[in-house]
Amino acid sequence: MNDQHYNFAYLDEQTKRMIRRAILKGLAIPGYQVPFASREMPMPYGWGTGGVQVTAACLTPDDRLKVIDQGADDTTNAVSIRKFFQRTAGVAVTTATPEASVIQTRHRIPEVALTEGQILVYQVPIPEPLRFLEPRETETRRMHALEDYGLMHVKLYEDIARHGAIATSYAYPVKVEGRYVMDPSPIPKFDNPKLAGCAAIQLFGAGREQRIYALPPYTKAVSLDFDDFPFEPTKAAGACAICGSDTSYLDEVIVDDAGGRMFVCSDTDYCASRAEGQP
Amino acid sequence: MSAGPLFRVEGLSKRYGARIGCADVSFDLWPGEVMGIVGESGSGKTTLLNCMAGHLAPDAGRVLFDMKDRGMVDTVTMPEPERRRLVRTDWAFVHQHARDGLRMGVSAGGNVGERLMAVGARHYGDIRAAAVDWLGRVEIAADRVDDRPRAFSGGMQQRLQIARNLVTGPRLVFMDEPTGGLDVSVQARLLDLLRGLVREMGLSAIVVTHDLAVVRLLADRLMVMKDGRVVETGLTDQVLDDPQHGYTQLLVSSVLQV
Amino acid sequence: MIRIENLAKEFVLHNQGSAVIPVMAGAHMTVARGECVALVGASGAGKSTLMRMIYGNYLCDGGSILVGDVDVAQASPRAIIALRREVLGYVSQFLRVVPRVPTVDVVAEPLLALGVAADQARARAMDLLARLNVPERLWALSPTTFSGGEQQRVNIARGFVHPYPALLLDEPTASLDAANREVVLGLIEEAKARGAAIVGIFHDEGARARLADREVDVRAFTPARGT
Repeated sequence: MNDQHYNFAYLDEQTKRMIRRAILKGLAIPGYQVPFASREMPMPYGWGTGGVQVTAACLTPDDRLKVIDQGADDTTNAVSIRKFFQRTAGVAVTTATPEASVIQTRHRIPEVALTEGQILVYQVPIPEPLRFLEPRETETRRMHALEDYGLMHVKLYEDIARHGAIATSYAYPVKVEGRYVMDPSPIPKFDNPKLAGCAAIQLFGAGREQRIYALPPYTKAVSLDFDDFPFEPTKAAGACAICGSDTSYLDEVIVDDAGGRMFVCSDTDYCASRAEGQP
Repeated sequence: MSAGPLFRVEGLSKRYGARIGCADVSFDLWPGEVMGIVGESGSGKTTLLNCMAGHLAPDAGRVLFDMKDRGMVDTVTMPEPERRRLVRTDWAFVHQHARDGLRMGVSAGGNVGERLMAVGARHYGDIRAAAVDWLGRVEIAADRVDDRPRAFSGGMQQRLQIARNLVTGPRLVFMDEPTGGLDVSVQARLLDLLRGLVREMGLSAIVVTHDLAVVRLLADRLMVMKDGRVVETGLTDQVLDDPQHGYTQLLVSSVLQV
Repeated sequence: MIRIENLAKEFVLHNQGSAVIPVMAGAHMTVARGECVALVGASGAGKSTLMRMIYGNYLCDGGSILVGDVDVAQASPRAIIALRREVLGYVSQFLRVVPRVPTVDVVAEPLLALGVAADQARARAMDLLARLNVPERLWALSPTTFSGGEQQRVNIARGFVHPYPALLLDEPTASLDAANREVVLGLIEEAKARGAAIVGIFHDEGARARLADREVDVRAFTPARGT
């Protein structure tokens, strides 16, 4: 049922090959940012052009695609990307995490543990973890090459000096396999532990910045910290108002003008499946 | 103290096209020695300093440093990772403009702590304590540790830059006009501080300046440069009081007496 | 302790038509341990020049200057620095210090350079300043603002704080009152007694008569100048 005016998954075969080569290189050097010739996509930068290109390069006609935006399957970004691939690739889609073979995500990792054979594709706005500390690309590349990562800890030092704790709560940098420092895209630091030792392939695509990087299955990814200020994956204190989970990542929802609020799971599929299963 | 020189430059040359940056410069620097390099603008002293400190690649010559266990090693041909390690441990570079040597968006404590973190310090409390200690040694109050350098005066910024450089206990410090652009009274304070640190830490230093008063107070030895070449070397007071080369005589006699 | 042989010196003024001014030729002199030799001769005869050459402040154009076993005329800057730190003291007529440094630290500096502990070095400095009647309220101030006599005494304290085996004294009693002159003469006598070899320039004839074992007239070393 795909639109025959498009090549499968929108991109031409040569482009997909080029992207696959970048992906393979990324998998071979976990955490290393591989430059690739990002294409113009029929959506604005910041809407997941990097993730979409990676997904397009990974999809086969037999795949079942899930797209989430901040954990939700039903927000604009998720819906439009899902429809885009339904139309251009004709692949099956799902919202159920365990059933999906490819999951494109913006800013979350699903609550349910991923399994071997699955691919998780992240949309990345700024792939360079050193960017806000060192504006020169030539210099950040050199720093990665020479493992010159003192600056990363300067940022964390500044956090503690100013806020009394490491205030970075999303896009929290990790060191991959003891070598490259990597920006895990703006996922909450609550999700950081799930990056490490994950059974699925994790791919990161930054369209505007033209970078692809990857974590192969079961890769080590250690969140940076200090001995006396260890990394803590925090989340809002409370339980989901719908499914009652107190272990999942929660969104705060303001429910009236009187300051009333409630917490709900950010992962809508997880929440819905728990709510269904309840008596 | 080791038996040999700490630092040795052999036949160092750098050209910019047809123009000479510096030509065939050689000297030894021993542990604890401070060497001044003077000359007017364009004499090649800054080119020489940048070649020695690894900021510029020389066209010819060697820049040897005593790597303790391995003896004298040529830092020009040294692998980049090793040179970077050297630059953030045993070497230090004090820029003329503090803003070139500081991270202006990072607190004073973070600036001082960066070198420690770069060599693997991972205990916040210890890093902060070391930063506060060093701020004290350069006469910056401990309660300024979380302020950014923008909020500091020029003299304070320069002292912060020195603290940031010396925190890892380097053995060799390169200084490019360290007192340039500062008020005279602030200069004096900085010179006093530098002299004390050089003596206490047994530092060796190479100071490039056009200010003869600075070298007289700071340097043991002096090298005078003109058109990229060294025209005279010797004990600082000897070169200043009994200059042999015509250019040095001109330089010394051109200084305004206070 | 000090042995000078056949020393020669000329100034070449490159910026004044490369004028060559010979100022010394064939200078000979020896100073034994515990001996004080006074340089005499009219102003401009080369007393200060000779002293500066012994200190390594002026280069030599010929001959040798042995201080202990170091030939200052040939030695590397590094050897001269070590010689000045350990063996050869010099009290000049001028005090040249980093502004803002307290007087007590100015005096203690030669000891600090030798690696003496800071509190010990300061204690020695304070003893000397007290003996030279420098008021205690001035010790924490920089000497740059002091009167000529006070500066001179700070200079002397700095030159005597370490028991140098060889001492060069350029007008040590100039601009001092009688009481302080007496203190300084006492210090020099003590240095002689402990075996220091001393070369001095004393315009103060009383001081010269009291301290000097011999006089050396530097006019004998002054080459004839073309008129």
